[in-house]
Amino acid sequence: MSETTLAAVPRAGRRRLRLSGPTAGAAIALGVLVGANALLTPNFASAGNLWNVLLQVSTVLLVAVGMTLVISTGGVDLSVGSVMAIAGAVAATTLDRGIPVAIAAGLGAAAVVGLLNGVLIARFRIQPIVVTLATLIGGRGIAQVLSNDGELVPIDNPSFEFLGKGHLGPFPTQVVVAIVAVALGAFLLRATPFGRYVLAAGGNPAAARLAGVPVWRTIITVYVLSALLAGMAGLVEAAKLGASDAAKIGLNVELDAIAAVVVGGTALAGGRATVFGTVIGALIMQVIATSFNMLLVPYAWSLALKAGIILFAVYLQRPRRV
Amino acid sequence: MTTTSATATPAAPRGTPAAAPSARRGARAAALVQRHGTLIALLAVCAFGAIRYPEFATPENLLNVLRQNSMLGLVALGMTFVILTGGIDLSVGSLLAVGGVVAARLSPYGTLAAVAGGVGAAAALGLVNGAVVAKARIQPFIVTLAMMIAARGAALGATGEQSVRVDAGATGFAALGRGYTPIVLLVVAYATGWAALRYTRFGRYVFAVGDNEEAAKLMGLKVDRVTLGTYALSGALAGLAGIILAARLGAGQPVAGTGWELDAIAAVVVGGTLLTGGQGGAGSTLLGALLLGVTFNLFNLEGSITPWWQWVLRGGFLLGVVVVQNRLQGKVRRDG
Repeated sequence: MSETTLAAVPRAGRRRLRLSGPTAGAAIALGVLVGANALLTPNFASAGNLWNVLLQVSTVLLVAVGMTLVISTGGVDLSVGSVMAIAGAVAATTLDRGIPVAIAAGLGAAAVVGLLNGVLIARFRIQPIVVTLATLIGGRGIAQVLSNDGELVPIDNPSFEFLGKGHLGPFPTQVVVAIVAVALGAFLLRATPFGRYVLAAGGNPAAARLAGVPVWRTIITVYVLSALLAGMAGLVEAAKLGASDAAKIGLNVELDAIAAVVVGGTALAGGRATVFGTVIGALIMQVIATSFNMLLVPYAWSLALKAGIILFAVYLQRPRRV
Repeated sequence: MTTTSATATPAAPRGTPAAAPSARRGARAAALVQRHGTLIALLAVCAFGAIRYPEFATPENLLNVLRQNSMLGLVALGMTFVILTGGIDLSVGSLLAVGGVVAARLSPYGTLAAVAGGVGAAAALGLVNGAVVAKARIQPFIVTLAMMIAARGAALGATGEQSVRVDAGATGFAALGRGYTPIVLLVVAYATGWAALRYTRFGRYVFAVGDNEEAAKLMGLKVDRVTLGTYALSGALAGLAGIILAARLGAGQPVAGTGWELDAIAAVVVGGTLLTGGQGGAGSTLLGALLLGVTFNLFNLEGSITPWWQWVLRGGFLLGVVVVQNRLQGKVRRDG
C-alpha cells in the first residue's frame, strides 16, 4: 500500500512523504476518529467490528475507485448505482447457464452502459452530469425490467454467493476484491501512461489534446472502468443478499462514492487524484456510520454530521487565492 | 461521424464554397429548431396525444397534468436561476421536505403562518447554500450535496421519521393543493421569474455571473449577492412546492421530494438551459417541465407501459433530447 501513498502529482526527483495536503489531512482525521471511537465506543476496537467496517465499505470502495478516475478527468458518474443494479439483475437471470457466463454477462452489461456514457461525453461533448443522470434514470428502469418487472430474483447458488459471503483464507472475498481494485486503480493512475493521460485530460483537456494525449480514448476508457467496477460491486452485493433486488441495489451509492472521493482529496475539478485518499475517505464515512450505529445516535444526526464532514474536508482543500 | 467531430473551436465549414449557402440555410433551420425545439416537441407530443387518446385533450386531464407538475415546475424554476449562474442545487428535494414538514406543523396557526414558515425555513437553508458557495468558495455540487444530506436529516430528526398531519381545521391550507390554486401559483411564479430575468437588474446579473464570473466581478457586480439570491430563491421555491405537496397529501412527509433534484435538472436541461450557465431562461424550463409531464401523462394513458419501462423511456428521452440539442448547437456554430 505504501506504493500508493499520497497525491499522484507529477514529481521530479525522489518520492517524499508530504505531511500537508488534503490526503494527509484526511488520514489524520481518520486516525482521530478511530482513536476516539476505540476509547469511547464500547466494542468498537474488537476484531469482529473492524472486519464489519471493512465488509461494509468494500462495495462503496469498488465504486469509489472508479469514481476517482472519472472525477480526475473532471467528470462525474452518477449512473454507478443503476449499473450495480443492472449487473446484479443480469447475473441473477443468467446464472442457470453457469457462473462464468453470469459474471461475464453482468460485467459486460455494465461495460455497455459505461461505453455509452463515455462515447456521449467524449465524442458528443455532453456534460457528464447530464449523460450519467440520464443513464441513472434509464439504467434503474432497465435493471427492473430485466428482473421480470421489478421482482426479486433469488440466487440459489452457493458458488456464486461465495463472492459476497465467502472467505479467501482469513479474508472475506469482497474485501479481497476491493483491495485488488484499489491496487489496480492506484497502479493505473500512478505507474502507467494511461494514468498520466487521465490526469492530463482532467487538468487541461485542450492542452492535453495538443500534446498528443488521446483524450477521447482516455475518457471513454475511464467511464468503462467505472462501470466495470460498479458492475463488480453489483455482483458482490447480489451475492451478499442472495438475490438481485433491482430496486435497492446501489441506490444512492453515487453520493457515497463521490463523498469518499472528495473527502479523500481528489479535486472535483479534475487533474489531481489519489486512490489512497479515496480509501481513507471511504473509511472515514464508514467509521462514522458504524460508530453512530453502535452509539445509537439517531439516523438524522448521523446524516447531519456526514454532511458537515464532507463540507469541512472540501473546505480544507479549496484553492487558495494567490 | 468522423467529419462532424466535436472540435472545440468553431471550425471553418468543411464543404466546398459552392456548398456554403445550403449549409447556411441548414444552419438557419437548425437555429430555429434549436431555439424553439422544446416548444415544437411539446406541440408534437400534445398533437400525438390528442389523436391517439380521446381522454387526453379533455380539460380535466390537462388541468390534472398541470396540477401534478406544478410542484416540479416550481422546483425547476428555482433550479433554472441557480444553473443560469453556473451553479447547481442538489438540495431541492430535501428542502421541499423541510418546507412541507414545517408548514404542516404550523398549519394550526393559520395558512399564512404555515406558508411563511415553510417557505422561510427552506429559503433560509437555501441562503446557507449560497453563503457557503459564495464565501467559502466550495463547489456548488458539494455544498448542495451536503445540504441535501443534512436537510434530509433535519426533516427526519425533527419529525421522528413520521409524517406530520396537516391540521384538520386548516381548510385554507388544504385548498393550496386543490383546484386552480397550484396552477395559479405556477403561472404567477413563472411570470415573475421570466420578468425578473428579463427586466430586473438582478436578472441581468444572473446572466452576467453565469456567462463569465470573473468579468462580472471585475465590472463591479456583487457576485456574492447574486449567488446568495439565487440559492435562497431556489430554496424558497422548493419550500413552496413542498407546501403544495403537503396540502395535496394532507401531511408533510420527511421523505418527500427524494430524487426530485434529478427531475428538476432534467426539466431545465430539456428546456434548453445550458448547465454551464449564462444561457437559457424561465420560459424554456416551463416548456421542459411540461414536455416531461405530458410525456408521462401519455405513458399513463397508454396503460400498458409498466413503471419500470417508464423509467427506461425517461432516461432514453433525456439522452435523446440532449444529443439532438448538442448536434443542433454544433451545426449552428459550424455553419451559421
